[in-house]
Amino acid sequence: MIPAGFEYHRPGDIASAIGILQEHGDEARVLAGGHSLIPMMKLRMAEMGHLVDLQAIEELKGIEVGADTVSLGAMVTQHELITHDGLASAIPLIREAALQIADPQVRYVGTVGGNVANGDPGNDMPGLMQCLNATFDLSGPDGNRSVAARDFYEAAYFTAREDEEILTRIHIPVPGAAVGQAYEKQKRKIGDYATAAAAVMVGNGTASVAMTNLADTPVWSEGASAALASGDVEGCVAAMLDAIDPVADNRGPVEFKKHVAAVMLRRAIDRAQSRAG
Amino acid sequence: MSKMHVKLTVNGKQVEGLAEPRTLLIHFLREDLKITGPHIGCETSHCGACTVDIDGKSVKSCTTFVAQVNGADVTTVEGLTNEDGSLGVIQEMFREHHGLQCGFCTPGMITRAHRLLQENPNPTEEDIRFGMAGNLCRCTGYQNIVKAISASADMLNAQKEAAE
Repeated sequence: MIPAGFEYHRPGDIASAIGILQEHGDEARVLAGGHSLIPMMKLRMAEMGHLVDLQAIEELKGIEVGADTVSLGAMVTQHELITHDGLASAIPLIREAALQIADPQVRYVGTVGGNVANGDPGNDMPGLMQCLNATFDLSGPDGNRSVAARDFYEAAYFTAREDEEILTRIHIPVPGAAVGQAYEKQKRKIGDYATAAAAVMVGNGTASVAMTNLADTPVWSEGASAALASGDVEGCVAAMLDAIDPVADNRGPVEFKKHVAAVMLRRAIDRAQSRAG
Repeated sequence: MSKMHVKLTVNGKQVEGLAEPRTLLIHFLREDLKITGPHIGCETSHCGACTVDIDGKSVKSCTTFVAQVNGADVTTVEGLTNEDGSLGVIQEMFREHHGLQCGFCTPGMITRAHRLLQENPNPTEEDIRFGMAGNLCRCTGYQNIVKAISASADMLNAQKEAAE
């Protein structure tokens, strides 16, 4: 399994990386941890003339935990998310979810930026970021802009990011200690994508609920969130089941996925409520 | 595609070579450097037989371009022997506890176990199983692999204590 040839670039800053993307257009793609892209290249389902490795760009690194906001560089790995104690006490949901992604080897190199930017409906971080109401910073030839995670996903592998833009940072409001958080994921085996996964925050009269791999985008439901905020668990589950749109595949038929979605959501709600202050 | 000049450290030695950027690290190690400890198992990032240590991280070398590790410090199972060439602690414990049958997954298992024990010198059985989840073995049922790693932890801790 040998991928098609490409020219390799390792720019040292965001501006140079965007320059390479502008120069080569469709022929160029960025590489973060590579554990989604490289397997696709090996299968020759992805081919590009120019690969732009982001590993040397310092601006894309680092976890900053402030009183109100957490900021994650796009190149922060899942392993770094898991081992950062300040992050785990500010937003425990992130470590809880990251531990359920893939396996240790993949988590050492897989990045949060790659996970959210790829637009794969199976990835865990997009739903999580919608639950947390995160914002993504994008840099491109025309400058910088921010897009809410809840507005970012358009269809499988299609996002609000333009081809010549790079997702640079993620900003997440700190939910506060009174807000209970939980991530529940059903998978066929360790390392698998979710059959269904639920991210839940509840407490302080607020709630937010998002689910993963049950439609061609992550699903954050305003109705489900509002129902849970008012204490109506059944209403929350019903609204979410209405919002998801799973398709039958090797993880099961539609009826099964809806069943698992409800189970995961109830478990996540239970656990988040038990953690709410 | 033109070849690029790559320079990295492998098992403590500086190595250089010419490689196409698309060359996977596992192929560079095995075919160019003739370091055949890391194995090609599934070639799809699942089995972990190709696991090597790159700058203190366990990585699947079948899913890494050699271009990405230009300048990096790589350790393979060959680099985990004692200085005199005898089996290192984890290697010896895999032998003693029969942590292998066919041996195909073993280089990846040992390389991954090495990093796991660096990060967590006193792992529980659950820590070991969770920490080894990226390595598949089709022979042993894992029981003896877990025992070997647990025994390695005890041995390494005893050695550390004796040295202090």
